[in-house]
Amino acid sequence: MTSGFAEFLLRRIAGFAGVLLVLALMIFILARVVPGDPARIALGPTASSEQVAELRAEMGLDDPLPLQFVNFLGGAMHGDFGNSLISGKPVAQEIAALLPATLELVLLTLVIMLALGLPLGVLAARYRNTWFDAFLRIVSLVGVTMPGFLFAILLQLGAAYYLTDWPILGRLSREIAAFSGPTGLLTLDGLLAGRPDVTLDAFRHLAFPALALSMSGIGQIMRITRSAMIEHQRRDHVQTLRSFGVPGRVVTFRYLLKLSAIAPLTIMGLEFASLIGNAFVVEMVFSWGGFASAGLEAVMQKDLNAVMAVVLVSGCFFVVANLLIDILIGLLDPRLRMKEAR
Amino acid sequence: MSAMPDEIEVLSARQMAWMRFCANPVAILGALMVASVILAAILAPVIAPFPDHAGAVIDFRHKHAAPDATYLLGADKVGRDILSRVIFGFRVSLLLVAGVLVIAVPIGGALGLLAGYFSGKVEALITGFTNVMLAIPPLVMALAVGNVLTPSLTNAMIAIALLWWTWHARLVYRVSKSVAAEDFVEAARLAGASHWHILTREILPNCIAVISVKTTLDAAFIILFGATLSFLGLGVQPPTPDLGTMVADGRQFLPERWWGVLAPGMAIFYATLGFNLLGDGLRDMFDVEV
Repeated sequence: MTSGFAEFLLRRIAGFAGVLLVLALMIFILARVVPGDPARIALGPTASSEQVAELRAEMGLDDPLPLQFVNFLGGAMHGDFGNSLISGKPVAQEIAALLPATLELVLLTLVIMLALGLPLGVLAARYRNTWFDAFLRIVSLVGVTMPGFLFAILLQLGAAYYLTDWPILGRLSREIAAFSGPTGLLTLDGLLAGRPDVTLDAFRHLAFPALALSMSGIGQIMRITRSAMIEHQRRDHVQTLRSFGVPGRVVTFRYLLKLSAIAPLTIMGLEFASLIGNAFVVEMVFSWGGFASAGLEAVMQKDLNAVMAVVLVSGCFFVVANLLIDILIGLLDPRLRMKEAR
Repeated sequence: MSAMPDEIEVLSARQMAWMRFCANPVAILGALMVASVILAAILAPVIAPFPDHAGAVIDFRHKHAAPDATYLLGADKVGRDILSRVIFGFRVSLLLVAGVLVIAVPIGGALGLLAGYFSGKVEALITGFTNVMLAIPPLVMALAVGNVLTPSLTNAMIAIALLWWTWHARLVYRVSKSVAAEDFVEAARLAGASHWHILTREILPNCIAVISVKTTLDAAFIILFGATLSFLGLGVQPPTPDLGTMVADGRQFLPERWWGVLAPGMAIFYATLGFNLLGDGLRDMFDVEV
C-alpha cells in the first residue's frame, strides 16, 4: 500500500479521535447536568448526608468540572470508567464480560448483511425490471421500513409456532449454559474446546437475533448495490471488457462487483451507528444478555458511570468499524490509493 | 433551442414532475397510505370505535378478547379496544414526527446552507461538527438523554432532534455547495445582492426539492425511531396510547395472544411504509438524490 493511503488513514484516525473526544465531552456534560446526585443514587435514599458527601469527595464530584473531565478522560483511556453506581463493581469489568456476546451478534449480522445484500443486489441489477427485481425491491423495502423489534418478535413468534424446538431466548441451552471459553464468542469457543455441540447450540441461538438485526442492512445494501451495479455497467471500461469478449460472469464478479461494493460499504459504515442502536432492541427481545442490554439496564437505573461507558464504547465500535471499512474501500478502489499518492 | 411551434403545449418543469408522480402507481399508493394515517390521527375521536379506550379505561370482562366483530383487532390486557388505541397511537407518532422535523429541518437546513455558501472556516467548522455528530449512535444517545430527562413525548422529541438535524445539514450542504457555484449566484452577487438575499432567494429555493423528499422519508424513520424508543420504555407514558409501548405490553402475552403485538406492530409498519413509498415517489418526481 502506498504512503499516500497511509496518510489518508492517519488523517481518518485523527478525525475519529476527535469524534471520540467530542462524544466524551458531550456525554460528560450530559451526565453532570443530570438532576440527581450520582453519589446519592449509589448509596440509596437511606444513606446519611455525611455518607453522601464522603462518597462525593471520593468520586471526585466536588472537583472543578474541567478537572473532572480530564480525570474522566484519563480514566477512560485506561479503560477505567469508575464503579457502577448500582452494583459497585468496576464498570469496565462488567462491560468487558458482556462485550463478546454483542460482538458475536454484530459480527454474524455483518456477515449476513453482506452475504445476502451484495449478491441479491447483483441479481436485482442483472434481472432489473423483471418480476424478480420487483420482488427484491419489496423485500428490501420491508427490511428498511419494518421496525427491528417487530421483526425480532415475528421471528420468535414464528419459531414458537412452527419450529418448536428452536431456541428463541438466551445464548445457550440450559444444559450447557455453564460453558465458557477464552474468547467469549461461544461459537468459536466451542470449536476451540473441541465441543461441536456447543458451537451448534450457540449458533442456533445466534441465528434469529442476527437475522432480525441484519434485515434493515440487507435491504439497504441490496438497494445501493443494485443502483451502483447499474450505474457502473454503462461505464466505458465495462463496455470495453464486454467487447473484448470477457464472459459476463467474470465482468460482473471480478470487475463490477468490486467497484459496486464501495457505495454499500460506505453506507454500512454510516449505518453502523443505528445498527448498534438496533442491537439494544434485538438483544432485549431475545434476552441476549450482551453489552447492549446491560446498557439499557444502566439507562433505566440511572447508573451514570455505566451509561457514560456504554455511550463511549458504542462510539468506539462505530469508529473502529468505519476505520476497517475505510481500509477495505482502499483495497477495493485503487483510484483512492493512487489519488492520495499523487 | 429554436422557438417551438405554437400548437405544441410546452410543459413547465413543475407540470412534468407532477405528471411523473401521477404516472407512478406506487407513489400514489404511498400518498394514499400517508393520507389515511393523517386522517385517522385527526379524526381519531370520530372514527375510533371506542374513543374513551384511548384513556385509562378498565374493562376486565373483555380482557385479551380475541379479534371479533366488536373488537376488530382484539382487546388488550385491561380490555381496551386495540383498534381504537392504534388510531390514537397514530396521533402520538405524527406529533413526534412534526415535533422533531420542526426542530431538526430548520437547524440542519440553515447550517447546511451556511456551510455550502460560505467556504473556508465556516464550512470547515460546520461540516466537522456535523460529521462528529453523525458518528454518535442515535438510539444510544437518545437513551442517555431520555434517562437524564424524564420519559415523555416532548423529551423524546428533543432526544431525537438532537441528532436528527445532522442528516439535513449534510444533504443541504451538498446541494447548496453545488448551487453556490452556479453562474446565477455569481450574477446576483455582482448585482450587489446581500448574502441574506442570495441565501434565501437564490440558493434555498433550489434546496426545497431535496429537503421535502428527505423530510418525507424522515417521517418514516422518526416513526420507527420513536416506536423503538417507546418500545424500550422511553416514550409517551401510559395511559396515552403509543404504538411502540403497545407492542412492548403485548409482548408479555405471546405467543397465544398475538394480536396485542401484531396490530400495533403492523400499524407502525403501515405508516412507515406509506411515508417511504411517498418519499421514493417524490424523489423520482423531483429527480433528486437523497
